[in-house]
Amino acid sequence: MAVKKNNTIKLKFESARNLAPAPESKSAAKINERYDLFINGKFEKPSNKKYFATINPATEEKLSEVADANAADVNKAVVAARTAYEKTWKKTAPKERAKYIYRIARMIQERAREFAVIETLDGGKPIRESRDFDVPTAANHFFYYAGWADKLEYAFPNRNAQPLGVAGQIIPWNFPLLMAAWKIAPALATGNTVVLKPAETTSLTALKLAEIIQEADLPPGVVNIITGAGETGAAIVNHPDINKIAFTGSTAVGKIIQKAIAGTNKKATLELGGKAANIIFDDAPLDQAVEGVINGIFFNQGHVCCAGSRLYVQESVYKIVLQKLKDRMETMIVGDPLDKNTDIGAINSKEQLRVINNYLKIGQQEGAEMYQSSASIPTRGFFCRPTIFTNVAQSNRIAQEEIFGPVLTIQTFRTDDEVIEKANNSPFGLSAGVWTDKGSKIFNLSTKLRAGVIWANTFNKFDPTSPFGGYKESGYGREGGLHGLGGYVSFV
Amino acid sequence: MIATQITPDFSFSPRVDQVGIEERAARFTKRSIKNETKINGLKLALNMIDLTTLEGKDTDGKVKQLCYKAVHLLDNYPGLPTVAAICVYPSMVKVAKTALGNSGVKVAAVATAFPSGQAPRDVKIRDTKYAISEGADEIDMVISRGKFHQGEYNFVFDEIAAVKEACGEARLKVILETGELGTYDKVRRASDIAMYAGADFIKTSTGKISPAATMPVTLVMLEAIRDFYYKTGKRIAMKPAGGISKSKLALHYLVMLNEVLGEEWMNNQWFRFGASSLANDILMQLMKQKTGVYQSPDYFSID
Repeated sequence: MAVKKNNTIKLKFESARNLAPAPESKSAAKINERYDLFINGKFEKPSNKKYFATINPATEEKLSEVADANAADVNKAVVAARTAYEKTWKKTAPKERAKYIYRIARMIQERAREFAVIETLDGGKPIRESRDFDVPTAANHFFYYAGWADKLEYAFPNRNAQPLGVAGQIIPWNFPLLMAAWKIAPALATGNTVVLKPAETTSLTALKLAEIIQEADLPPGVVNIITGAGETGAAIVNHPDINKIAFTGSTAVGKIIQKAIAGTNKKATLELGGKAANIIFDDAPLDQAVEGVINGIFFNQGHVCCAGSRLYVQESVYKIVLQKLKDRMETMIVGDPLDKNTDIGAINSKEQLRVINNYLKIGQQEGAEMYQSSASIPTRGFFCRPTIFTNVAQSNRIAQEEIFGPVLTIQTFRTDDEVIEKANNSPFGLSAGVWTDKGSKIFNLSTKLRAGVIWANTFNKFDPTSPFGGYKESGYGREGGLHGLGGYVSFV
Repeated sequence: MIATQITPDFSFSPRVDQVGIEERAARFTKRSIKNETKINGLKLALNMIDLTTLEGKDTDGKVKQLCYKAVHLLDNYPGLPTVAAICVYPSMVKVAKTALGNSGVKVAAVATAFPSGQAPRDVKIRDTKYAISEGADEIDMVISRGKFHQGEYNFVFDEIAAVKEACGEARLKVILETGELGTYDKVRRASDIAMYAGADFIKTSTGKISPAATMPVTLVMLEAIRDFYYKTGKRIAMKPAGGISKSKLALHYLVMLNEVLGEEWMNNQWFRFGASSLANDILMQLMKQKTGVYQSPDYFSID
């Protein structure tokens, strides 16, 4: 259709970003000055007496300090978990296990506000997300797996599913409480005991969860939560008396874990990096597709392993999609994560901000065109504007490597076959998104895209009943749903 | 006139995903509007109201009282704006016009066999011309929903164009009656038809059918307006009507407007609320912001 070209038209969104501050009160959050290790149902000092600071990435202020567990502490936790497994937990009736898990779920709900505020203070994510997504979804995972605890014979009909023993679980900093829930809930439901280590920048909600577990009267040693950095994680992975490693984190660390456990009897579930393709066809509902792209890449500052970081747009709608995307980005509020109106909060750590900024440099050096929204960002703390790169080639590093920040690359395509090939042309395979009005196209793509999760006309949707996990370098094993039980049982 | 003389095939209007549009609309309600943003928003919403009475039992007396209220919303709160317009049947236009005088408040008349639109075109045109001759500044017409459902898009288009011609200088609001259209796809299609046919406003509802305005429906229409603006350079105004009676909801609509079309639409030239009881709820909220306590509804005149 012939239309008047009018490149001067520009909508103005500054006032949409300038809302009066609406901060969530910090009063709900009780944070101790110092946190010890949660071992055998009690908080214990680390054997080397060492602690490290955890800061608020939005202000760079110290929130608290947490214990740095060494190999001796890890051993203590594993011994506690083993004893609890042999003496109590594996003999506890499944129905009774379910009651404990339900209790944890309900206590998370009761203290939802406190969890949300602490998650936001410690990790930098917007309070809107921790309040509406992280905390309720974490509670839902406990509810869901509580339901399975006494129904395992239905989950695995005609097979005798038995717990593995002690599970060593290492979780990342992007969804601290939620990942703890993903790991702990199915392990407990299937009768395993747990040694869990949160990421060193975001330990607080896991330690709050430890408080709840203590209050819930879970038998001592069934869940042990120990804090520390990479060395602590390595001590868990290498401990001889652990039966299962469940890890969510980077592909690089995932490879180290695989090497470490090769030749042992340890089972593993690895949920690693991603570089998801989000594909918009020309018949898609474009405004909703653009919203899906926004949720796909800017949710949680892009610190999402399944983030839709590679956008493929059919060439005939490229210009209009780009225009809509830019307009939508202009309305995003970047800043104080505790403000209820904030869309993009703080980058989790100084180190991660450095990594992201380095990729921004690389992208520009590679000849891609960078566009950032005109949102203002705070002078203190770690922040990054929502960023898109156009004029990107499949061979660019920014299109191949996981950036783990609010950075989107955009490429165009012409045919279905072309985009399938390009989408699969990645060492990762965690998730993908397809946007089209045509059902048959969705089925065609979802059978050919090599990704663990494929969303059609939506993105970044999570539910406890739905399995999640990757292909290729995005890891193996599934978490969530019925499949999530399978990683914690063996069949005798 | 529209910038392009080419009329698109409306059966190819962009599609709308129901789940996606409803999620997006819900997201606007998560914005927390506080302090000065809230006060400014409430005052703006007051100034965007088309204060409406559309009843068979309307009389001169009732319309005159409403007109007085339109200009004197709450005299003990200095600095308040007036509403944007009074919306009445054509037979009440002259009374309203006289009562409003030079207050700046406009008179809008519903026409074209409102609310059903089930009348021949010449009757609709005469209805429109009568309202104009009585002094209406704006005409709120209804589309022929039956013809629309039959796929007679050209009929609907031509009718809107004919009414627009009959309006002369008056601004034309085209009511889609979205509650009778059934899907967001059809709301989008009807919006496109209305805009290309010459509508100055697109409006959700007559207020006689449930559901009336909803946020997702309004969002579909705002997105249609945005696409039309980018294509043609012509601004179209939006009027959700019916079912918006609380300040908080009105603020959600303004957040949505601000984030879809931006600040140039944030005035009563480009956005209206069709409402009868919204004004008093806003006044109560404004008094609450000022005094810190809620007051009895009896302190606010009903007309």
